[in-house]
Amino acid sequence: MIGPFVFGLLLPVVAGCAALALHRRPDLASRIAAGSIVASSVLTGGCAICSLATGATASIKIPWNVPLGSLSLGMDPLSAAFVLPISILASAAALYGRDYLTATVRPGWIARSWFFFNSLVAAMLLVVSARNGLLFLFAWEAMSLASFFLVLTEYDHDEVRHAAWVYAVAAHIGTACLLVLFLLLGRGGSSLDFEQFTPQAAFASAAFILALIGFGTKAGFVALHVWLPEAHPAAPSHVSALMSGVMIKTGIYGLLRTLTFLGEVQPLWGWTLLGIGLATALYGVVFAIAQQDLKRMLAYSSVENIGIISIGLGTGLLGLAYNIPAMAACALMGSMLHILNHSLFKGVMFLGAGAIQLRTRTRDMNQLGGLLKRMPWTGRSFLVGALAISGLPPLNGFLGEALIVVGALIGVIASKHAHALPGEIVGVAVVGGLALIGGLSVACFTRAFGCVFLGEPRSQQASSAREVDGGMRIGMLILAAGCLLVSLLAPLWPALFRSAILALAGGDIRDAVMASPQPQSLLIALGVAYWLLAGVFALVWWLRRRIAGSWQAETGPTWDCGYAAPDPRMQYTASSFGDPFARLFRLLLRTRSGQGVPAGFFPQEARFSSESPDPFASSLFAPAFQVVAWLASKVRHLQHGRIQIYVLYIALTLIALLVWKLD
Amino acid sequence: MAAWLDAVLVLLMLSGFWLLGSSRLQACIRTVAIQGVLLGLIPLLSEWPDVTPRLAVVAAISALIKAVILPYLLRRAIREANVRHEVDPMVGFTTSLLFGIGLWGISMYLASRLPVAEASVSSLQVPVSIFMVLCGLFLIVSRNTAVMQAIGYLALENGIYGFGWAFAIEEPLLVEMGVLLDVFVGVFVMGITIHHLSREFDTIETDELASLKD
Amino acid sequence: MFSIAGCLPVLLAFCGAPLLFSVINRTKAKFAGRRGAPWLQPYFELAKLLRKSAVYSRTTTPLFTLGPMVSCAATATALLFVPLSGVAPVFAFPGDVLWVVYLLGTSRFFMVLAALDTGSSFEGMGANREVFFSALAEPALLLSLTTLAVWSQSLSLGGIYGNLGAVVLAPAAGPPLLLVAAALLIVFLAENARIPVDDPTTHLELTMIHEVMILDHSGPDFALIQYAASLRLWLLGSLLVGVVVPWRSAGLVLNVLAGCTCLFLLAVLTGIIESVMARLRLVRVPEFLIAASVLSIVALVLMMR
Repeated sequence: MIGPFVFGLLLPVVAGCAALALHRRPDLASRIAAGSIVASSVLTGGCAICSLATGATASIKIPWNVPLGSLSLGMDPLSAAFVLPISILASAAALYGRDYLTATVRPGWIARSWFFFNSLVAAMLLVVSARNGLLFLFAWEAMSLASFFLVLTEYDHDEVRHAAWVYAVAAHIGTACLLVLFLLLGRGGSSLDFEQFTPQAAFASAAFILALIGFGTKAGFVALHVWLPEAHPAAPSHVSALMSGVMIKTGIYGLLRTLTFLGEVQPLWGWTLLGIGLATALYGVVFAIAQQDLKRMLAYSSVENIGIISIGLGTGLLGLAYNIPAMAACALMGSMLHILNHSLFKGVMFLGAGAIQLRTRTRDMNQLGGLLKRMPWTGRSFLVGALAISGLPPLNGFLGEALIVVGALIGVIASKHAHALPGEIVGVAVVGGLALIGGLSVACFTRAFGCVFLGEPRSQQASSAREVDGGMRIGMLILAAGCLLVSLLAPLWPALFRSAILALAGGDIRDAVMASPQPQSLLIALGVAYWLLAGVFALVWWLRRRIAGSWQAETGPTWDCGYAAPDPRMQYTASSFGDPFARLFRLLLRTRSGQGVPAGFFPQEARFSSESPDPFASSLFAPAFQVVAWLASKVRHLQHGRIQIYVLYIALTLIALLVWKLD
Repeated sequence: MAAWLDAVLVLLMLSGFWLLGSSRLQACIRTVAIQGVLLGLIPLLSEWPDVTPRLAVVAAISALIKAVILPYLLRRAIREANVRHEVDPMVGFTTSLLFGIGLWGISMYLASRLPVAEASVSSLQVPVSIFMVLCGLFLIVSRNTAVMQAIGYLALENGIYGFGWAFAIEEPLLVEMGVLLDVFVGVFVMGITIHHLSREFDTIETDELASLKD
Repeated sequence: MFSIAGCLPVLLAFCGAPLLFSVINRTKAKFAGRRGAPWLQPYFELAKLLRKSAVYSRTTTPLFTLGPMVSCAATATALLFVPLSGVAPVFAFPGDVLWVVYLLGTSRFFMVLAALDTGSSFEGMGANREVFFSALAEPALLLSLTTLAVWSQSLSLGGIYGNLGAVVLAPAAGPPLLLVAAALLIVFLAENARIPVDDPTTHLELTMIHEVMILDHSGPDFALIQYAASLRLWLLGSLLVGVVVPWRSAGLVLNVLAGCTCLFLLAVLTGIIESVMARLRLVRVPEFLIAASVLSIVALVLMMR
């Protein structure tokens, strides 16, 4: 099993280099690169499904001439649970990217872009399959760099350079923590191979905190999320889809993998993850509602979904720590399923946003509208994504969230009598929290879909938009179909993901988690209930058709309470839709609005604009980095630009080192 | 009687939330008056069926002061100052409600840590009392009008009173009288302040006092 | 799980749900000193709407007709999982609490999209308020059901309400259940667009919530919307009635009769509330809904003691 996987991992790298060599023939380069991604996805995805279905693990180890390092790769169900979304989303993004890049990027950059794209995919596969700390860090850094260059694709825009810079700084702060983490984990061993990591009770909490910061920066936990809303809008859309859909999940993977090294689960970890998840999800969805930029909104929604995943993990860890196996099984499985689901629906929405940006030259939701008629396929796939991401039945987003909430409910119910778990906190945080988050995300995505696709176009560009075709359309449809397929195959997933979550459950509870029937029975029941809903809908549809068959519908203008000449500018905009939420959460959002009030009897002009800057970026990190810059400027006078002085520095350092060492 | 006592305590707690979420001064004054009545019921319910005449008298007096006299003074104050609403609080009413949930959580936690919980008849009594104290403090901190702050003081005192009943069911009078005296003085001073504020500044926003610092 | 006995209340719901509207309206008429419309008026209106043809705006897409259909189908499906006064629902599985609540969400999602589809500023406004208020009402609903689930140690609505009856008069359950009932009443009024959250008979579009969302719907589409609204009234009403009147008898017919009577009493209560209360200002509605969440959280905390 590991053979095809390694082949699938190397193929994009080789093809990426080939594409770079063929940079004078961008079309051929695209074809080779995208083809290699699809082929690699088939191989790696197949391996992942195989591993998930059988629970088998496989590994390969090649000595590496680097201290502490070895080329050690492995495939187990936990890795496979992450390889599967990577391979699905990567192939859809590659198909989409072939046409998208041709239409948006200057020809000279296409081959380079593919090189980085293929490197990114390969690096992500390597991250989730590496079994050595050094190799992991190498892959992690390669992933960060490849995505950094992809973000920089349109480097001639100021905001793109700024976004890439923010991303690079964030990525390296995270990596710094990870370096310490792996050295801590590998203490006393001869190499940083994962199998040599032994649980050390003394460092477990320190390691957990380091992992939380290091991996949380990539995943986008609140306060560490500031790079997401900058980098995702700046990158080309298929790259945003890949970054948002799967790359940030490698942070979750890292966190889970670290947890497997730390031994006995402590309740505090569960509470921490639950708290962080709740804060992240609420923060993400509230800011998503306040955004006017479509892709920025999607980026904040990714923050929200990372929060939901983290809530599920926290609930699951609590289940493990307090010995309630059914709670652990449901919540962890819900998180795993949500990871897969989010990669599908966030992917389709980012690809849709890219299609819209390509055809209308804007991402501002206040300028769009009426696109469902002009871009029907994009619109339908976006609708599937919106319904799924709102966590509503009958689509896949509901399955993951339902599992998490049911897990929490099992815990709450069990805590009434027997267990030490404070059930009311779990109940309020998970059940109440996810209900609120769900309601807010319904608001967020009805707003997005309504303002972008429904009503009348609000600008010239929007009214002249036309549908995308070819690979772009296929890429979106694959992911939308994936959303439907996941919900149709609902009863299958517990069996697949069961082995993945067992990696986290050590000791006595392992068998109980394995044996708990709740996830399976819930998803089977939901699978049946979906068909019931479909049946009732078919009945209603048939009745409605029979009744409506006898007459011819009239058409007319929209009934605007008697006003017969509605103007597109009179429609409710994205800003107005977000306004009640901005008022309710004004302590957090601090939305700034600028308005020009009409004056006089025949006013010429009135305008309104609102924006909600990220408080963490503007109030926490900007001042912090100003301090850093100030400190850096203090040591600047060491730098004279004269080569002699530099040689002097080197000589002094060497002498000092010698004195210190020989002392 | 334990169920009735629980019901009274739950109503007390809800009245705390009502104080947090309401902007109308009249309604808030009525709420603290109701709190006074409910607090008067607590000793009767927790001692039932052996209520001594002394207990009944103490409860009746405290209920009279809390439910009639103090609200009367406050009503007079708002009538003279001619103010009906808390217009622009430091923390909005919706947000105050959310803070209220947090305060409730904190008081449940504190109550679970305090060793006095076993002594009381109902396990709700201590958390509800702490919650009322915290609510009162929150109102004093987050509201601008002096009347609302006086109401906060009253809620605070009601909480302390409830707390007193929780573990000193026999001899609460000593604590109680001292506290009541403090509050009486507090309300008295507040009344004078409100009166002079409204005369000098045409408003009862205590923020205006900041201009006196120069 | 499938229960054949549950078909009886569901059939009653499908046939009798619109009657709840006429009870409310008759009550309001009595208060206003009028005689009120005939008892079967909602049915006459549905029949009239079904016979009429529809007018569609040129702006709309097929989503506009899809909205009412999905809304109706989702509410009807949800109703199959809801027990009436202890009679087991037609279908039940552990976790169907979420399924029912989220189905109402699906129904709302499509109605909101159908409203936005017209491009009308009024309907955008209504859609906006609908999602805003329901986002605040949803936690209250789920937390109330969680409290009940803790009490009856079950994860399905059938189990929750079925076990409620046997033990409800135990003193410890008193305060939390009352709080849950209060929270559910607020949710019931808000989700069904009743006073004090929304005024179903107001004449000013600017102050409407639910009614303004459906300005453009006509003919059979409008009939579906009205019918779905009555089903929702029945559904949320049964959730509330199951808590307030947890009286259970052994006989199926007696149980169903008791449940239906209570539902109609609830409709009378709604009519009374609508007659004696004014609609809240829109800026105060969030506080009202958050109060429902507060009630349910407090109830949950009390229940865990």
